[in-house]
Amino acid sequence: MNPNKTTRRPVSGYRVQEFVNRALIYLTLSLVTLVVIIPLIWMFSTSFKLKSQLFTKEIYWIPKQITLENYEKILNNPSTPIGRWFMNSLFVASVTTVLKLVIDSLAGYAYARLDFPGRKQIFGLLIATLFLPGVMFLVPNFVTVANLGMLNKFSGVIIPSLASVFGVYFMRQFFESLPKELEEAAAIDGANRLQIFFMIALPLSKPALATLAVIEFLASWNDFLWALLVLKDRAVQTLQPGLRTLQGAYTSEYGLMMAGAVIVAVPVLILYIFLQRFIVQSVATTGLKG
Amino acid sequence: MSVALARKRKFSLTPYLFILPHLIFFAVFVGYPFFSGLYISFFQYDYLRPEATVFVGLQNYLDLFNAGSVKFIEFWNSVRVTVTFVFWSVPFLVLIPLGLAVMLNSKLKGMTFFRAVFFSPWVLSCAVISLIWWWIFQSQGGLLNYYLKLWGFDTPRWLSTMPYAMISIVVATVWWTMGYNMVIFLAALQDIPTDLYEAAEVDGANAWQRFSRITLPLLQPVLVFIIITTIIASFNLLGQPMMMTRGAPAQPTGGGATEPVMLRIFTEGFVRPFQGSAAAMSVVVAIMMMTFSFVNFRLFRQRD
Repeated sequence: MNPNKTTRRPVSGYRVQEFVNRALIYLTLSLVTLVVIIPLIWMFSTSFKLKSQLFTKEIYWIPKQITLENYEKILNNPSTPIGRWFMNSLFVASVTTVLKLVIDSLAGYAYARLDFPGRKQIFGLLIATLFLPGVMFLVPNFVTVANLGMLNKFSGVIIPSLASVFGVYFMRQFFESLPKELEEAAAIDGANRLQIFFMIALPLSKPALATLAVIEFLASWNDFLWALLVLKDRAVQTLQPGLRTLQGAYTSEYGLMMAGAVIVAVPVLILYIFLQRFIVQSVATTGLKG
Repeated sequence: MSVALARKRKFSLTPYLFILPHLIFFAVFVGYPFFSGLYISFFQYDYLRPEATVFVGLQNYLDLFNAGSVKFIEFWNSVRVTVTFVFWSVPFLVLIPLGLAVMLNSKLKGMTFFRAVFFSPWVLSCAVISLIWWWIFQSQGGLLNYYLKLWGFDTPRWLSTMPYAMISIVVATVWWTMGYNMVIFLAALQDIPTDLYEAAEVDGANAWQRFSRITLPLLQPVLVFIIITTIIASFNLLGQPMMMTRGAPAQPTGGGATEPVMLRIFTEGFVRPFQGSAAAMSVVVAIMMMTFSFVNFRLFRQRD
C-alpha cells in the first residue's frame, strides 16, 4: 500500500523467477483481455455489415464495406421502434432512480438516526425479506400490477421496484457511519428533524447517493424479466425486452440484431468508461456488505 | 450521548413520515405478495379471465409431486437443468475470478486497466450478452465454428445439441459475470496486510505456499460468501436460455434440455394461462432455495 515501502529482493537468483512470473501474469491477463473484448468487437463489426457479408467463406473483422443500413433499418421500422424504446428506457430508469434516492434516503435516515417505537422490529422485518428468493414475488406481483391497471404502463415497472429494501439498507449503513456532532449542533440551534435531514445529513451524503444512483440506474436500465412481463405493447416496451422482440422479428438478420445490441450497450459502456473506477468500487463495497 | 436529538421524549409522528413512503410500497409489493402468492397457488387462476377462477386446494402442488403427470416431468426436468447449470457454472465463476484477482493484486503496472476491462461485460444487460453469444455460437456464420473449422476441429451445432447448448450458456454466463466476483475477491485481497507476505517471503515461502497458507485462510469468509451468492444467482438463470436456446433441445420425455426452472415458471404462468400452477412452482422453488441458504448459514455459523 505504501509506495515508499518496496520489498527488496534479497538474492539475484530471484530476479529470473520474478521476470518469468511477471511475463506469465501479463500473458495470461492479455489473453483474458482478448476473450473479453472479442465478443464486443464482433458485435460492433457485425452491426456495420450487410447481410451478404455475414455468411462469407472468410471472416472480415473490419467490414469490407461499412454500412449504416442496419441502423437505418431498425430505427425506421415501425414494428421495432427502437428509438422509442430507447426513450422509454431512459425515462423509466431516470424516474426510478430519482424516486428511489428520495424514498430510500428518507427511510434510511429514520432507521439510522431517529428513535421511535417499532424501529428495530420494522427494520428487522425489512432485512429478513432480503433473504427471500425473488421468484416468490413474480406471479403475485404481476397479478397486483394487472389488478391495479398498471400493465403496459411505465408505472407498472417503476412502482413495484420502489419496494426494494437494498437502497434503504444501503443508506442506513451510510448514515450510521456519519458523525452525529453536526446534527446535534443543529438540533441545539433549534432545527427540526426535517431541516436537519435536508440541510445537514443530505448534503453530507452526496457520495452515497451517487453510488446508489449509479447502481439503481444500471439495474433499472438492464432490467429484463419484469419489463418483459409488464410492458407487452411494442409502443411502451423498454430496450431489454425490445431486444427480444427484435430477435423474434427477423430471421438470420444478425447485422440488424447486433445494431440493436449496440444501441442498448453503448450508453452503459460510455457511462462505464467515464465512471469506471467509481462503478467498480461501488460494486465491490455494496457486494461485500449486501 | 445524543442529548440534543433525544431531547424530545414525547411520541412524535415525524419518524413514521420518514419511513412511510417506502413502507407503503414495501407492504404492497413485498409483504402482501408473500401471502397472496401462497393464496393464488391454491387456485386455477388466469389473470385474463378472473371469472373462471376455480379453487383447487393442493392440486397444483400434487401435480408437481405426482410422477404420472406432465407437469411433474416438465417441472423436475427444469429443476435438474438448473442444478446442472449451477454445477457447471459455479466452479468457473469462483475459480477464474479468484485467479484473476490474485494476479491483479500483484501490484504490477497496468492492473487497473485489466480490472476495468474484465469487469466491463457485467455492466451490459442479459439481453445484450445473450444476443451477442447467440450470434457467436450460430452454426451458420457463427464466429466460433468459423475458427474451429479453420483450425481443423469439429464444428458442433452449439445451440441445439447437448451438451453443447449447456456449454454455450455456461460460457456466456462466465464471460458476463466473472468480473463481479473478481472485483469482490480483489477488494478482500487488498485488505490482507502486505507484511504477512513479506514475512513469509523472508522465511523462504514460495508463491504457492504464500497463497495456500496466507491468502486462502484469510479469504475464507469471502470465499464462502461468493460461493453461496453465486449458487443463488446461477439458480435464477433465465435470460440466456430464453434468448440463446429457448430451452432446446427438447427432451424425449418432456421439457427442454436447457430449460431452467425460471423459464419453466415463466412459460407456465405468462405464456400459458396457468398462474396458479406457476405460483405453486414458485413456492416450491423458493422453499428449495431458502432451505439451501439456511443449511449453509447454519453450517458456516457453527464453524466460526
